[in-house]
Amino acid sequence: MNLQDYFSLVFSDYTLRTITLGTAILGAVTGMLGSFAVLRKQSLLGDAISHAALPGIALAFLITGAKDTNTLLLGALVSGLLGTFWIRGIITKTHLKSDTALGLILSLFFGFGMLLLTFIQKQPNANQAGLDKYLFGQAATLVESDVWLMAIVTGICLFVMLLFWKEFKLLLFDADYTKTLGFNTKFIDVLITTFIVLAIVLGLQTVGVVLMSAMLLAPAAAARQWTNSLGTMVFLAAIFGAFSGVFGTAISASQNNLSTGPVIVIVASVFVVFSFIFSPGRGILFRQIRLISNRRDLELQKTLSFMYHIAETHEDISHPHTIKILNNFQGYTRKTLQKLVDKNYVTLDGSMWSLTKEGFETAANLYNQNFKKDA
Amino acid sequence: MHSAQLEIQLIACLVAIACAIPGTFLVLRKMAMISDAISHAILPGLVVGFFITQDLNSPLLILLAALTGVITVILVEQIQKTGLVKEDTAIGLVFPALFSIGVIMIAKNANDVHLDVDAVLLGELAFAPFDRLTVGGTDIGPKSLWVIGAILTITIGLLIAFFKELKVSTFDAGLSASLGFSPAIIHYGLMSMASITTVGAFDAVGAILVVALMIAPAACAYLLTTDLKKMLGFAIFFGVFSAISGYWMAHWLDASIAGSITTMLGIVFLSIYLFAPSKGLIAVTYREKQQRIEVLLLTFLLHLKNHNEESERHVKHLNEHINWHKVKSKTVLDLALKNNMIIIDHKIVSLTKKGDEFTSKAINYIITNEDAQIEDMKEDFFLFRG
Repeated sequence: MNLQDYFSLVFSDYTLRTITLGTAILGAVTGMLGSFAVLRKQSLLGDAISHAALPGIALAFLITGAKDTNTLLLGALVSGLLGTFWIRGIITKTHLKSDTALGLILSLFFGFGMLLLTFIQKQPNANQAGLDKYLFGQAATLVESDVWLMAIVTGICLFVMLLFWKEFKLLLFDADYTKTLGFNTKFIDVLITTFIVLAIVLGLQTVGVVLMSAMLLAPAAAARQWTNSLGTMVFLAAIFGAFSGVFGTAISASQNNLSTGPVIVIVASVFVVFSFIFSPGRGILFRQIRLISNRRDLELQKTLSFMYHIAETHEDISHPHTIKILNNFQGYTRKTLQKLVDKNYVTLDGSMWSLTKEGFETAANLYNQNFKKDA
Repeated sequence: MHSAQLEIQLIACLVAIACAIPGTFLVLRKMAMISDAISHAILPGLVVGFFITQDLNSPLLILLAALTGVITVILVEQIQKTGLVKEDTAIGLVFPALFSIGVIMIAKNANDVHLDVDAVLLGELAFAPFDRLTVGGTDIGPKSLWVIGAILTITIGLLIAFFKELKVSTFDAGLSASLGFSPAIIHYGLMSMASITTVGAFDAVGAILVVALMIAPAACAYLLTTDLKKMLGFAIFFGVFSAISGYWMAHWLDASIAGSITTMLGIVFLSIYLFAPSKGLIAVTYREKQQRIEVLLLTFLLHLKNHNEESERHVKHLNEHINWHKVKSKTVLDLALKNNMIIIDHKIVSLTKKGDEFTSKAINYIITNEDAQIEDMKEDFFLFRG
């Protein structure tokens, strides 16, 4: 199957439609909530939570014996929340720093989860084949009820986000101010964190424990480059996330042996790289272009002031000089000279140049900020 | 206990020591998450190395994978330098991307690569004794024992040689630069060592659980001491202890050794987190509670000093006027009585001579904020011990 087949099949084929819809919704909701995680400098929290969810899945299976997705995800949610609050406990109550706390919870919970998984594997009656998929995720196992669950959770997230938009925004950018205004910051904080955990847990089935953090970060980091407004950023992140989901599913469906999770992550990373380079405001490319053009302007002014100092020594400011004497001066090129001619600062006559009256005046006031008109 | 069991425990202990040493410095330098990033990001390096060498224990593969680890660190720093995202976001973006590339490379070449992603994540210590190194026909022990042994020797050698430099650059990068040790060289040296250790250890405990062995023992040790040498010692001790007890737990449960070692680390950390003297959760909570009561006591004594009228000094006044709960005011009164600060006569509270002096001193301290005033009070009170 190639990509064209995929896009013609996506509307008719049940499985393909379910998976695509699922990954798209997942991308949208993680992108949306990921924006908050990124702006709150909790980027790696997602990584820690997704790993911390693993023992919850295993324990839910051990206790109920059910392989029903909702039960397992509930277990994941509980252990994810437990991990999150333990991280917070470590940071606030001891002198260990946040990176240590994150790394600790991530690795300890994951190791415990692994212990449980291998323990389950060795149980004689256990039919554990479904648990492995939570490590790397298997979009192919998505069924319609999973997608409905995702859609409902996304709807709740959206509703709560719009309801508490003002509070979220305020807490995000000025927590102390929020407190002085009398908002219950603890509650808002717990609310945001809970929804981030919820989004991560939702993605475990599709993308898996290991790569889930990228789903949270990448769309948000990409969206951040295009805007300085929170609303636009959340919206863009949702769009980027959804497109990563769809493209990732399309690419992995059209190739053999490609699991969906990693491909979605790669697509999302491509979005990030593209945004880093090409975003007009903050992107590396345009920043570099601006840098170079600023430098050119400076060189131009340097040339002009050099000419001015030569012309100064002559009674007639428009006395012609040879172009050659400019050669030992850095920043002179034929093009910059032409630019000066265009601005009517200099006139050229064969291999001779001479300053015009206008050029002389501009050059005289070049470093005088009060008199600046050629900004 | 037969020789294979002994060998497994020996390997686990060496891995634990080799991880604890760089781990201690990572925790102190607030770069613990870098070890997580490295452990994921080495995957593509491993795969490429495996294509070339076809041997998971070959030195070339270890070097290639370690190089990927260093590249990850540099990539994170470069992204961070652009100022487009914060450091933690940069880490979170780089390693899943590299890990995904590794997973896809494995998936695409599933037939040629006898490399299982599960094995990379988990490792399988139980099989380590079967892959033996033979020199000139004689069996000299498991390969991974030699690999991790070599890495550990290098680590210890470097630690002893550069201990002073590491210490200075960890706690005061500026001072270290002005003394002429480049913090950058130490930084990349440490990163390279962490990468090499991660690669060497992944075979035994798996990529993700290396992180546990690096961070958890160091974090435990950090809660117990503030002396670098002691911290290193404690970290190594906890690592080795968890390695051995984890092995026997796995033996008993018939489950993954790496998982059990991590679980043991988790149990050790939990108990230290709760019970560490002076820095554990219980000690901190107790101290905070004591300090709260002492502030109350001080407030109450000041109140007494400021008021002579009986209505203001009635026991009930505490509940009614200052708005304290009954239990709270009783605790404060008891504490004050026990210290002979007050006497209660017909429910009217008044300061004793000692209480009066104490209060004057306390006011003096609050106003001048000079430590000398309270030297003799420190004995009785938590509050002034800082």
